[in-house]
Amino acid sequence: MIIKTFLSAAALALVANSALAEGKLSVYHWFEYIPAELVEKFSTKYDVDVTVDTFDSNESMLASLKAGTMGSYDVAVPGDYMVEIMVGLGLLDTIAAGELTNINNIEEQWLNVPFDMGRKHSIPYQWGSTSFSVNRDAYSGNINTTDIIFNPPEQLKGKINVLDSQGEVMAMAALHLGIPQCSTDRDQLKSLDALLQSAKENWASFGSDTAKEVLVSGDAAVGMIWNGYGARARAEGANIEYSYPDQGYVVWMDNVVLLNEAPNRANAILFMDFLLEPENIAAVTNYAMYADGIKGSTPFLDAELASSPEHNPRAGSGAGVFVSVCDQATQEVYDQIWTRLRS
Amino acid sequence: MAAGTGSGSTVSAIFSPVRLWLLLPSWIVIGFFLLVPVLLMLTYSFLTKEFRGGVIWEFSLASYDQFLFDRGLFGDEAPVVKWTYINIFIRSILQAIGATIFCLLIGFPTAYFIATRPIQSRTIWLFLITVPYWVNLLIRTVSMKFLIRDSGPLNELLLYIGLIDAPLHVINTNFAVQLGLFYSYLPFMVLPIYASVERYNFTFSEVASDLYASKVTILWEVILPVVKPGIIAGSILVFVPSLGAFLAPDLLGGAKTFMIGSLIEDQFKGNAGNWPFGAAASMILLSLVLVVLMFYVRAQNKDQT
Amino acid sequence: MDRTFDIKHYRGFFSITCLCLVILYGPLIIVMIYSFNDSVSITNWGGISLRWYVEIFTGLESAKFKAAAWNSFSIAIMAAIVSTVIATAAAIGMIRGGNFKGKFASFALISLPIMVPEIVTAVATLIFFSTIGFKLGTLSILVAHTVFCIPFAYLPISARLQGIDASYEEAAQDLFANRWKTFRYVLMPIMWPGIVAGFLLAFIISLDDFIITNFIKGAGIETLPTAIFGSVKQGIKPNIMALSTLLLLFSIALVTLSYFIGKRGEANQNTQQ
Repeated sequence: MIIKTFLSAAALALVANSALAEGKLSVYHWFEYIPAELVEKFSTKYDVDVTVDTFDSNESMLASLKAGTMGSYDVAVPGDYMVEIMVGLGLLDTIAAGELTNINNIEEQWLNVPFDMGRKHSIPYQWGSTSFSVNRDAYSGNINTTDIIFNPPEQLKGKINVLDSQGEVMAMAALHLGIPQCSTDRDQLKSLDALLQSAKENWASFGSDTAKEVLVSGDAAVGMIWNGYGARARAEGANIEYSYPDQGYVVWMDNVVLLNEAPNRANAILFMDFLLEPENIAAVTNYAMYADGIKGSTPFLDAELASSPEHNPRAGSGAGVFVSVCDQATQEVYDQIWTRLRS
Repeated sequence: MAAGTGSGSTVSAIFSPVRLWLLLPSWIVIGFFLLVPVLLMLTYSFLTKEFRGGVIWEFSLASYDQFLFDRGLFGDEAPVVKWTYINIFIRSILQAIGATIFCLLIGFPTAYFIATRPIQSRTIWLFLITVPYWVNLLIRTVSMKFLIRDSGPLNELLLYIGLIDAPLHVINTNFAVQLGLFYSYLPFMVLPIYASVERYNFTFSEVASDLYASKVTILWEVILPVVKPGIIAGSILVFVPSLGAFLAPDLLGGAKTFMIGSLIEDQFKGNAGNWPFGAAASMILLSLVLVVLMFYVRAQNKDQT
Repeated sequence: MDRTFDIKHYRGFFSITCLCLVILYGPLIIVMIYSFNDSVSITNWGGISLRWYVEIFTGLESAKFKAAAWNSFSIAIMAAIVSTVIATAAAIGMIRGGNFKGKFASFALISLPIMVPEIVTAVATLIFFSTIGFKLGTLSILVAHTVFCIPFAYLPISARLQGIDASYEEAAQDLFANRWKTFRYVLMPIMWPGIVAGFLLAFIISLDDFIITNFIKGAGIETLPTAIFGSVKQGIKPNIMALSTLLLLFSIALVTLSYFIGKRGEANQNTQQ
């Protein structure tokens, strides 16, 4: 009797799986980066069943795609330098001219970007900065310096969370030392390695998906974080201040890319077009609290976003820089430094 | 009811003509989907890593070299023994040993206590121990994480009753991982020990007592040697999964210092993306476990003879 | 108080047993209590409410949880059925198949999924599927779960079979029943508590698995553990505690079921002997 019940339940499971919505779309996205309401809106409007899988770093997304999920996803959302890498690896499909009806909504400055000239494979999603936030209850001193992360004052030692993101951590370390990214100078590379090894002693944890939570819960007093995520941590009650350091900070843009072998290419194009509409992308911006690169989205944005301290670099701060893509020989040394840091 | 009673213990051969057909499905399924993959993994550990993920089918010892030797940042210095990964393994082994010892300290008295209850209440006690074993390991680890946070219920309770003045910082420490492993696998220790204490014949204790042995002596000299197989089995059941654990280090340890499990995971799902190295680390872990299991089989055989 | 009891009894063991239960149940009970917390914050207590339970079924993440639950349960049911069938056949072959060369090797092969650490199984399976070009998806999870469920189903079934007196089957054979009839009408009715126990254990093991599923799940496919894991990485939310509590109660219901079936089986066997 029991076995019969189970068997019929299992049979039901097989049938029900095939009775879903007509269209499908499979999105590979950063965690906590798209409001569920917006996915629902797209899903209802086009009768497409959307699944969203998440990753927590550009590098892990690439690793997963190369590990056999390529061909299962339609779109992904890599950062600027990762778009360049993916183009180089031939992982991205080309968007033909005229396929995206809303392509002219992209702001001029984000149209001809070095990582994807003429936007052949990608559209802008969000852009922002990477730096760190400091709990003001724990530390009231000067936070306008990358020393907070790499050479912290006594009271912050052992209370620092660092993003588990190779590109951004290495770029920040290079800014701190004042050396170029993708340096091939042996002494500079050695000092970079030494800096990270000594800084690690003062770090409590590595974590990107936990970056907001550790600041809100107070588990960490300093957290390397993206500006919008930091703003969200503050909105959730953490008494924290986001820093725009003297040495500079990292700027990035995340982009929706069309993947090769996309099983639902047409829906992927629909989705990209959908995200190019000012009202829709504004919903993302209001949720993620970064900035979008779409003309006409401003009227739909929450008023306080524009004036938030996370969105307005301090006068006199260092410049923002994008993460660079290094050649293979150099990158292998950087990978080595990262491996030594993480293990 | 025990497996040894009745003529069931003599080898029955009623189904021996169709034996092959009965066994073949399990051989094929496990052989094809586990034994072959493990052999393939062994092969992978000798392949060359491709830049930015993936593998090239060329023989290479690079993964084992990376595991054992440090050739400097630029790979051109004379090799010296690298402790990074060896230390990860040593740390994991120590954590697993720690978990086993803690489980034994709590698990043995518990198993003993339950096994000496009257039959009726014994089943209830046993039921209580079994329930957590059936509860999702992830949920149990998350519960532990929730409990021991800096501002979690445990700290609040301790602060409230005045046992501590400031919250204990446990989360994201090695101790938290240790605690998590102990908590995860505690039922694994209790059940096998219970089974062997249950079979222990207490007339031995009586005889020893008549010879004026103290209770501690009886426990140590008489009971312990008899229930040793249960203790060894329980220790293996705790030690082996602790060694390759992923959830406890990741959720409770803050993933700052790798354990074997998180190191391997990072090679496939994380930033590192080095499949051959991940395969090599898995092979080394598997070899360690096989050595432990061989030790176990030998210890059992010795007990039986 | 008679003397045997005194000899058996060690002072302090009772307290340690209580401690053991407090350790095992403490965290689970706390999470259960906090799942009824009305507050959005997981730290502050805001009164009792069922809002997080409502949220699981109607909230924004409900679709994700429902899909994950569906995947988890359908995979667990199918993996448990297939592995139980395979394990039952293997148990009969091993325990009623007489002595044969390679019996130990056969036993080692059947127990292999238990002996290999889970993370190693995950790695090996991922490499295998990716090499033969097997598309990662529900089917890949199902196959992997079936494999590692076999020994878990095998253990209770073979234990049960070992405890059954072979004379019943021998008598049936003497009455010219063929092997299938002997199995179906003689062996099966006696050994079914073992089969059900094996099925339930395989079912819960499949439902429980995180590491292997996480390695080989395809795009857009989540099971309850992977969905919960993804969610708690960004902090433990009250709705996760509610979901955990439901799963917890489900597990307890299953153990209880398994326990009573075991009881009934024992009673059956006792009357037969």
